[in-house]
Amino acid sequence: MFDNLSERLGGILDRLTRRGALTEADVDAAMREVRRALLEADVALEVVRSFTDKVREQAVGATVVKSVTPGQMVVKIVHDQLVETLGSDSQTIDLNAPAPIAIMMVGLQGSGKTTTTAKLARRLTDRDKRRVLMASLDTRRPAAMEQLAVLGRDVNVETLPIMQGQTPPQIAQRALQAARLGGYDIVLLDTAGRTTLDEAMMAEAAEVKGAANPHEVLLVADSLTGQDAVNLARAFNERVGLTGIVLTRVDGDGRGGAALSMRSVTGKPIKLIGTGEKTDALEDFHPGRIAGRILGMGDVVSLVEKAAANIDAEKAARVAEKMRKGKFDLADMREQLLQMQKMGGLGGLMGMLPGVAKMKNQLATANLDDKVLKRQVAVIDSMTREERRNPDILKNSRKKRISSGSGVKVEEINKLLKMHRNMADMMKAMGQGKRGPMAALGNMMGFGGGGGMPSPEQMKELAEKMPGGLPKEFPGTLPPGGLPGLPGLGGKPTLPGLGGFPGLGKKK
Amino acid sequence: MNDSTEQQPKRSWWRRLSDGLKRTSSSLGSAVADLVVKRKLDRAMLDDIEDVLLRADLGTDVSARIAAAVGEGRYDKSISADEVKAVVATEVEKVLAAVAQPLAIDDARKPFVVLVVGVNGSGKTTTIGKLASRFRAEGRKVMLAAGDTFRAAAVEQLKIWGERTNVPVIARGQGADAAGLAFDALIAAKADGIDVLLIDTAGRLQNKAELMNELEKVVRVMKKVDAEAPHAVLLVLDATVGQNALSQADAFRKTAGVTGLVMTKLDGTARGGILVALSAKYALPVHFIGVGEGIDDLAPFTAKDFARAIAGIE
Repeated sequence: MFDNLSERLGGILDRLTRRGALTEADVDAAMREVRRALLEADVALEVVRSFTDKVREQAVGATVVKSVTPGQMVVKIVHDQLVETLGSDSQTIDLNAPAPIAIMMVGLQGSGKTTTTAKLARRLTDRDKRRVLMASLDTRRPAAMEQLAVLGRDVNVETLPIMQGQTPPQIAQRALQAARLGGYDIVLLDTAGRTTLDEAMMAEAAEVKGAANPHEVLLVADSLTGQDAVNLARAFNERVGLTGIVLTRVDGDGRGGAALSMRSVTGKPIKLIGTGEKTDALEDFHPGRIAGRILGMGDVVSLVEKAAANIDAEKAARVAEKMRKGKFDLADMREQLLQMQKMGGLGGLMGMLPGVAKMKNQLATANLDDKVLKRQVAVIDSMTREERRNPDILKNSRKKRISSGSGVKVEEINKLLKMHRNMADMMKAMGQGKRGPMAALGNMMGFGGGGGMPSPEQMKELAEKMPGGLPKEFPGTLPPGGLPGLPGLGGKPTLPGLGGFPGLGKKK
Repeated sequence: MNDSTEQQPKRSWWRRLSDGLKRTSSSLGSAVADLVVKRKLDRAMLDDIEDVLLRADLGTDVSARIAAAVGEGRYDKSISADEVKAVVATEVEKVLAAVAQPLAIDDARKPFVVLVVGVNGSGKTTTIGKLASRFRAEGRKVMLAAGDTFRAAAVEQLKIWGERTNVPVIARGQGADAAGLAFDALIAAKADGIDVLLIDTAGRLQNKAELMNELEKVVRVMKKVDAEAPHAVLLVLDATVGQNALSQADAFRKTAGVTGLVMTKLDGTARGGILVALSAKYALPVHFIGVGEGIDDLAPFTAKDFARAIAGIE
């Protein structure tokens, strides 16, 4: 598939050895690649056009900062423009209105309206402590109302009792009435989708809007949508009037160009994103992250946050302390593996790291999935406490026992041990690094108390351990103040844990 | 429930497809007409043609290739709008011709097992309902298996389709093991002398390893009953999907051994141009297209009509 934009621009612009201002010819060449990258990310053509025009304007004559290549410079301009177009601040659901507040969900069939309604209900109940009532106005799709009712039971949110034979506006009014009588703060109205943008759907949605006077009208749209996203967003916005957009299936491997298209043609903010099948997988939208994703630059901020949320800080601190002293044993490694599993496994983690997309593909072909993590934990579980503390005593007979205990071959155990040695070495080295902005993350992940930046030699070492070597854009190789997609890293990024991805060293 | 659509006068599927592709084709038609009236075919015009194809989700590679093919031998010559459309249609058809294949039910297989897979919300359950109706109409004994044990009320939705088409549905509760259900359904279908067994699956994003493994297991377990099963694996794609369809086709092909495609929601605004890109890349047969919400709104895929509809030829 496509590589990320910075790599591609690198190919064109890095040939230019001269520095100074970008010429028109440089920029034209770069814009062709930008256009292609955006189209491949499913950004709508008309949006691509106005976007590249804006970027071109800024890029021609822009002075290339000394330590940055022209390619990186253009990526920065593109990224900044993407963030600006997507909306530089994140906005969330507005609850500033007298109760009951009606929130209406609209969208095409299969965009994820009903699931999103339930997720939103859960979020408003758990996070915002509101009393929520859900009502399905979908009188068309078989079992749509039942689906919402089942989801309501799952998330402990009341749903309006189903009553056959009512029209959607009638149900909406009944829901609001029930909310008033029952003392609910918020009513979520899940409307019927159509397979297509037809007049009947629009008329019905407009009618429901008239009947319920919702405070928020949210368009639920699939982030995998192609060029049609503009028509969809425009039609709903013109006919029904939107207050915001919810993007679903952002956990897929789509590039999410639809976000840019829809935001750009409606001017309405993307308020929430659906990131999984479970009912808690609804997150705030951060323009910088989607921008990075459209460009294939990864999502370091999300990684940090996810790490913060999922990792047992105390345990990690203990591991970190041990590591600083250069004592990282197999029991500690086991903790590492378990924590990685918690963070969404290898795939989840890798996807968030910038420039790792390519490596991820290699991993996929190497059949390296989350089972590997589990198997490795099993290997460690089959060892005695003594063995875990002191892996050096593992000789053949012990390995044979572990092999039959964990159901893996002795070679795999050897691989694990080798990996552990690499990890321990790496961590020892990192642990001696200076304190940096990433120290907190380093600590949380239990990698090195210092969490400083790995030295170039270490980066090289890392590269050797990874299949295919380090991607070109690996942040560690960037000059200070590098890509804007990596906020908070201050140009001294360290990617703790990369040295320790289990199994990375084994497939070459 | 679907009263409004069912009461509509029956239109030919070609008419429906044309209507369905109207947005695509009218934009192509008018754009092409705008750009070629009394003009020579030059670089700018080819770029415009390429843009039109891009806007229909054909993707950068295929769009460039078709635009280049349009230019070949015609460069710098005067050309009319109709000619351009005809050439675009021919080029699109060239890509699609090989993949327009009907779903062949092998009567020697009893039951002929069809597994239906796809990402969430692509229209798998509805497609199964339509397929059930079609196979019933052909006089076959059909059985459905409610393999989407994850989504709330998916089982109920399939049961409703079972009632509508008067077809038995094998189901278990939400959260049940999908592979076990497929296994049981296959045994039941064998015992009842069923001709076609349609198995629904939960929607899954193709980048979720554990869900894809589960799908692999469904396939594996069925082979214990019938080593040849599933005889057909249909990937259901939503017509509004963009370039991600390529990744979907690739992943489901590897995991479940997809044998053919069904494109749904091709009525109205949907575009479906991604089929051309898919066909160019993976050459997977396209069996059906969904052109409406009615039970009969499932049409066999024909390359010529689809290509003409994309090019905006009435």
